[in-house]
Amino acid sequence: MTALAEPLVLRADRPFWRRNLTITVVLYVLLVLGSVVFVYPFLWMMATSLRSLAGVGSSGASVWPREFLWDNYTRAVTSFPFWRYALNSVLTTLIPIVGTVFSCSLAGFAFARLRVRFSGVLFGVVLATMLLPGEVTMVPQFMLFNNLGMIDTLYPLILPAFFGSPFYIFLFRQFFARMPSELADAAVVDGCGWFRTFWLVYLPLARPAVVAVSILLFMGYWNNFLGPAIYINSDQWKTLPLALAGFQSVNGTDTPLLMATSILITAPCLVIFFVAQKHITNGITFTGGK
Amino acid sequence: MNPTVAWIRDLAASLGVPAVLVPLVPFLLLLIVLYAVIGLAAYGVKRKWPRADRTIAFWLFVSPWLIGFCLFTIGPMLSSVYVSLTSWDLITPPKFVGLANYTEAFQDARVAQALKVTLLYAVISVPLQTALAFLVAMLLNTDLPGMRFFRTIWYLPSLVSGVAQMVLFLWVFNPQYGLVNDVLGRFGIEGPGWFNDASWALPTVILMSLWTVGGAMVIYLAGLKDVPSNLYEAAAIDGAGPARQFWHVTLPQMSPIILFNALTGIIGALQIFTQGFIAKGGPKDSLLFFVYYLYDNAFQNFRMGYASALAWILFVVILALTAVTLRGSAFAVYYETELSGRKRRRR
Repeated sequence: MTALAEPLVLRADRPFWRRNLTITVVLYVLLVLGSVVFVYPFLWMMATSLRSLAGVGSSGASVWPREFLWDNYTRAVTSFPFWRYALNSVLTTLIPIVGTVFSCSLAGFAFARLRVRFSGVLFGVVLATMLLPGEVTMVPQFMLFNNLGMIDTLYPLILPAFFGSPFYIFLFRQFFARMPSELADAAVVDGCGWFRTFWLVYLPLARPAVVAVSILLFMGYWNNFLGPAIYINSDQWKTLPLALAGFQSVNGTDTPLLMATSILITAPCLVIFFVAQKHITNGITFTGGK
Repeated sequence: MNPTVAWIRDLAASLGVPAVLVPLVPFLLLLIVLYAVIGLAAYGVKRKWPRADRTIAFWLFVSPWLIGFCLFTIGPMLSSVYVSLTSWDLITPPKFVGLANYTEAFQDARVAQALKVTLLYAVISVPLQTALAFLVAMLLNTDLPGMRFFRTIWYLPSLVSGVAQMVLFLWVFNPQYGLVNDVLGRFGIEGPGWFNDASWALPTVILMSLWTVGGAMVIYLAGLKDVPSNLYEAAAIDGAGPARQFWHVTLPQMSPIILFNALTGIIGALQIFTQGFIAKGGPKDSLLFFVYYLYDNAFQNFRMGYASALAWILFVVILALTAVTLRGSAFAVYYETELSGRKRRRR
């Protein structure tokens, strides 16, 4: 079998799209056309953010930057309390990331390494709640936070993160389950308690998972809109997406200002993407199902 | 606000706790009490069965999730069942009305409209997104020079999400000054009103959703890289050309990932909210997405009972559509059990 396959493998490692010049050209044309369609709105957003209001009306689809009105960006951060909203956004992003990573890795570790009676049943419950849409608990959760006197504060956006999220518990469990269990045995024999085993041995080794999960969580929390829309009423606690939505309905015609604000809100995600590109691909390999 | 909570807050405020932290105090007290009880229980168990440390550790480690599960999932779900049977505006006490909320929902023309819009969106956008993401992933999986650059470009738009994306596309599709109508105009086509036109608003949101297929695309790309190359080699030996290799190797190997993505895509599509919120339901309720209508009832009109009933209707719809997808895909999805190395086809 292997003897027969050897020479034919040589044929297979040059895929058909490399063997045929026409196909290569067609592929490149498709790639370039598609890329233009995909990146064009992006460029248009950037070009528009640097134009004057009159310039927007006259330039239509053009992305050629004829004007450089950096003033739009200055206006974006001064015409409404941008930094206040940014601070709220940072608080409701970074603290929940820490909370989620801690609570989910802890539970994930328990499900992977501490098999005790009922742990299987409990993990089944985790998996089942993964399918539950958040909307079903939206109204009663609001009442709960209302009872606790936390409406119109940032707490409803921060606190739940410390109590785990089924999807990430599942992710961490999968990651820890793939690590050798001898590590735990050795640490426990050396007199390490279970928490120290987790904290000093397993968690440092799970760094790739922690980084990937943090990035995924960042994108989610930073862009969260439904949560702030439910819990935040007063201006001082608005997050950036909520403020932008309000801004859109009030200043809906000042396109350059809106685009500049949108770019500023997207910027952290772009920066993280370019810095951590590799970790994102890592994360995808273990979130990708299968 | 609960009277006990109010009392604790007043106490905390008079003790000089900063105003920002005052709302947190009652909740923290509750947690401290809870963990004191849990700690005592753990100590008792440890005294009685000194070798049960594994069990104790397990329950302590999952306790944050377990508390959250009771407090933020099961508790709210149970109370949601009750609330959906009442009429409640949060100010006056809830009034039991039986199934009135549900009968009202089934007669409410806006509920029907919301269901129609949301289902149409899910049923059209998810297959389109899946197909596009998969095709793009196939295209980007060819290891031609410069592919890293193209991958980055196709992924970039999915970083512009939620509100920023909607704000951008309201202008891209602006009938007068927008990007799309200007391009169409250069070809002598007069573009429609897009978001301003009741019959075009939903197709516009669907088009917009295709711009962010990057997220699904990278998952497919990762999956395509995992297809064992010996399968392609074997297929080539058997004389299969590119098309048949795609049909008999790539698709079956990728089917679990496609199913996973389609499922999460459907659940996500049924929960679409931001677009409806920013478009304020669209002209003639053409973008009255279900969650937006639910939100409107709960947090604008303060009809908590009615909103809870709507939430349960949404839950049933999501469950039904998930079941249909799982059922319908059972014959097409190929699972390989890695451990035993045995292959089976699920029917």
